[in-house]
Parts: sequence; C-alpha cells; structure tokens
Amino acid sequence: MNSRGQYDVAIIGAGLSGLAAGVRLAHFGKRVCLFERHNVVGGLNSFYAIDGRKYDVGLHAVTNWVAPGAKGTPLGTLLRQLRIGREELDLCPQRRSRIAFGPRGEAALRFTNDFAFLEAEVAAVFPRQADGFRRLARLVRETVYSPASAPASAREVVRRHLDDPLLEDMIFCPVLMYASAWEHDVDFRLFALMFRAILLEGLCRPFEGIRLILRLLLEKYRAAGGERRMKCGVRRIVAREGRARALVLDSGEEIAAAEVLSCIGGPETAELVEPAPAASPAPGVITFVETLSVFNRPPAELGWGEDTIVFFNDSERLDYARPEAPVDPRSGVICLPNNFDFGEGRALPEGVLRATCLANYDRWAGLPEGAYQAQKRAWFPRVQGSACRFLPPVAESELAAATIATDMFTPRTVNRFTGRRNGAIYGSPDKSLDGSTSLSNLHLCGADQGLVGIVGAMLSGITVANDRILRKA
Amino acid sequence: MTKEECKQRVLDIIADIAPDEDLSNLKPDVRLRDQVQLDSMDFLDIVMELRKRYGIEVPEAEYGQLASLDSSAEYLTPKFNALPAKP
Repeated sequence: MNSRGQYDVAIIGAGLSGLAAGVRLAHFGKRVCLFERHNVVGGLNSFYAIDGRKYDVGLHAVTNWVAPGAKGTPLGTLLRQLRIGREELDLCPQRRSRIAFGPRGEAALRFTNDFAFLEAEVAAVFPRQADGFRRLARLVRETVYSPASAPASAREVVRRHLDDPLLEDMIFCPVLMYASAWEHDVDFRLFALMFRAILLEGLCRPFEGIRLILRLLLEKYRAAGGERRMKCGVRRIVAREGRARALVLDSGEEIAAAEVLSCIGGPETAELVEPAPAASPAPGVITFVETLSVFNRPPAELGWGEDTIVFFNDSERLDYARPEAPVDPRSGVICLPNNFDFGEGRALPEGVLRATCLANYDRWAGLPEGAYQAQKRAWFPRVQGSACRFLPPVAESELAAATIATDMFTPRTVNRFTGRRNGAIYGSPDKSLDGSTSLSNLHLCGADQGLVGIVGAMLSGITVANDRILRKA
Repeated sequence: MTKEECKQRVLDIIADIAPDEDLSNLKPDVRLRDQVQLDSMDFLDIVMELRKRYGIEVPEAEYGQLASLDSSAEYLTPKFNALPAKP
C-alpha cells in the first residue's frame, strides 16, 4: 500500500461476484471496501418490495444442484471457498422442468435433477439422436473451463454430435436463455459449463430465494472485517502509467487502493477509466422483459403444479437475438417458484408466475415516462399470454380472479438499477476470462469475466480474488 | 513443537476448509489428495490459513511440500519452531 493508500482492495459494485470476492479477500486479512451505488446489494440478482410484497430479480433457479455429499463439484468448491455450510444455503431441488417447442409445446423434453431422466426423454423423442446426445454429454463432462483455450462456436461443436436441428435448438434454449451474451450461439466452454450446471447437475433454490444468499454473503463479509459503503458509486478510475491510482466517488471523495476489483461489467468499467483506454469491450445486446403475477393460491391449484422452469419456443428455429420489436414473445422462460420441493410443511405464501422474453433496450430506453408505462401495459398480457400457451390451459377469467398483484421489469429497469449498458444482463460478448483489463491492478469479475448465474457469479469472484490478488500477495 | 503437534495444526486447518471430509483415518505418509477431495484452490487455502493464523509463509514453489501430513510436518515444524516466542 502506498502512503496515501486507504485500502488493499477496493471493489466496485456489490453484485454477487463482488461480494464473494470480498468474502475471500477479507477472510485472508486484506483491508477491503465495497462501493455500491444503490442502497441494496446483489446487482443483477437482487430483490425489491412493492406494497410490502417482496420480489426477486434475476434468480429463477440456482444451478449446479448436487446431492449433499457429492465431491468435486462447482457447488462444493463454492461452499468451501466461502466457508458456507451446505445446510446454510437451504437448497431445495426443483420438481421437474421442461423444454417445450412448437406452437403449443408439442415437442417436449422434460428434465429433473437426475440426468438419466433427460437421456431417456431424448431417446424416446429423438431415438436416432440418442447416441450423439450421450457423446455430447461425455464431451461436456470432459471439457475444462479455462482461459487458456480459444473461444469456439458451440453450435459447430454440437452439430458434430447431433444432426436434428430441432433437438439442437431445444438443447441450446436453456443454455442461451440462462447464459449467452452472444446472439444465436455461445462459446463452447460456457456451453459446457451451463449444460453441466442445468442439465447434468440441476436446479434448486433456497426457500427464501436470493435474499438468503445475499444475507449469508453479507454476514460472512462483515464477520471477516470487510467494509461496505452503500449509495456510494465510483464515478472515475484515475489511471497513470498503466495502473489505477485512485477512485473518485460520486461525492467527489478520492479513494486509494492497491488493487481494484470491478463487477459492474467490462464496458461499464472501461468507461470510468481516465484517460480512456485505447480499446474497450463492446456492450452486449441481449436483454429481457419479465412479467410477474402473484396469485392468491399456489399454481398447482390452477393446474400448474408440475413444472418448475419451462423454456419455450413456438417457431421453427430458435431466434436468440435482439428483436426489432420491443419484445420477442415467441420464445422465453417460465418460472414457477412454488414448484421447488421445499419439504414437508413449507410452501411459499403466495403463488407466483414469472415469464421472461427477449427484448430490445432501445425500444424502451428513449420513451417518455407516460409512453413507457403504456408500452409496459401493452406488452404485459402478450408476454404472459405467450408463455401460458406452454402450460396447461387456464380460463382467462379464472387467472384474472386468482391474480392479486402484477409487476413487470424491462431492459430500462435493468439499466437503471445496475448501470449495465443496454440492460445486457449477460454483459459484453467480449469476455476477459482471466479477469484482466487495460490496467495492471484493475481486475474484472462477474459476467464479463465469463461466468454467469448465481453459482457462476460467486465462483467468478472467488477465482479472480484467488488468482489475481491472493496468489500474488 | 513436535511433528505430531504440527500435523494436528495442519489437520485443524483442513477440517475448517473442508468440513464435509472425514479426516479421522488419514494415513500420514499418503498424499492428502489421494485420501480426501482437495483441489488446488483448497491447497491455496491451507497456505493462506498458515499465513493468517501463524504468520508462516509458504512460497508457491514449495506447495509440493504439503502433499502429505508427514511431508507437511517435516517442512513446517522447523518453521513453527523458528517463530518468535509470544510475549
């Protein structure tokens, strides 16, 4: 630390990756401070309340579910590295999820947290593809996520094993929807990671949702001596001779730190650096709208008790891209948070249906407030209606009678609360897998280091803290 | 400090890092990796805990010395004994 230094490490943003990195660094004696512009932590995975009712954002499901006692898994690494006990996370497995394609979901693959179930589904629906699918699963198991290898098109790799475009799109749908900053495709390394996370391992969630995870991280961070400054954004990173020399806060206050870790995104971080770096990552374009409906009864009483997550697409091919229109309702993701197995005697207090579709940031960003609200009202029924085609039919009047609250977020909401350019929730298409930036002591973690999702974000923070800061000390 | 006491300190650290592992029947002369699930991130944590708890530094080139309990004790006991006595 130099003479005017105040911190060993300053972390920009209190997203999941920044929090996880903070826990590691504070635990090993670094003087760490987190700077967060908003008054809540979590970044892209957070929560809010309207009329006393709490809503999760981001988290549909936690991936990488494994049975307690399983060894050598990403979840196990995460728990150990953060000194979290498995029981503290209170992970409840999904009931069953589904990939449903065709105008009414005629082609369907169901999956559970037992991969053999999906293998049997593939063999029944696509008998000619069963061997290829097994080969693909083996390849995924053998693929190591490493910055050392070059990015590769997952579409090209998968086509060596599957030659039915319908099955190919059905397998890509969950991976792209839950991870990809690229249009239509994804880096094969990330494909392998997410195939494993969602399909080979499985889905779960804490009964309390994202709030439990955030509270755990904050408790560990505080107990280890980490500091945190809320409503305190970083406005500028002053660079000199290839290093970050100081951070200027929104208040104008100047902070010095030997190392700076940013989880606010690659392009967003580069934008803070002065003088501006020669090159900076391109902003992403993949973003979503999500409708939320709260019911006075569990979804099971509407006939929706089977599915936890449904990935859907009504068209011949999956069109995973920024749409021309404000929203592309043809494909998306349904989440029924009630349909995790919370155990005997535990149920969420109200029913919830979330429906998520691809959207175009520009079509939402520039609207005056009145037109923006009108556009939200117009798209809400189209998004939810499109999603409902893939669930057992419920009369519109029955659904209306059960609904006690609704809300909707848009790419504009994401941008407003996270600062992500274009509301791009998976960040830039240009990743920095080793966490490096244009400055030697400025490091990236989170989506633009390449890992996404709840588990991915935390592992990203852990890895970058280990490899770029702790190992060097 | 004796080598046995040193092994116990290493075991205490492993027990905190990997609370889900059964450490009751570890063979001191067999590689830790071959008996319990420990990866390179866990070994980093053993090294970091040695520094945090006892101020003992293990350079990266010498991580291999921590392969088994016996080799850890060989390597670490002199380091423990060289620590300045607590006032």
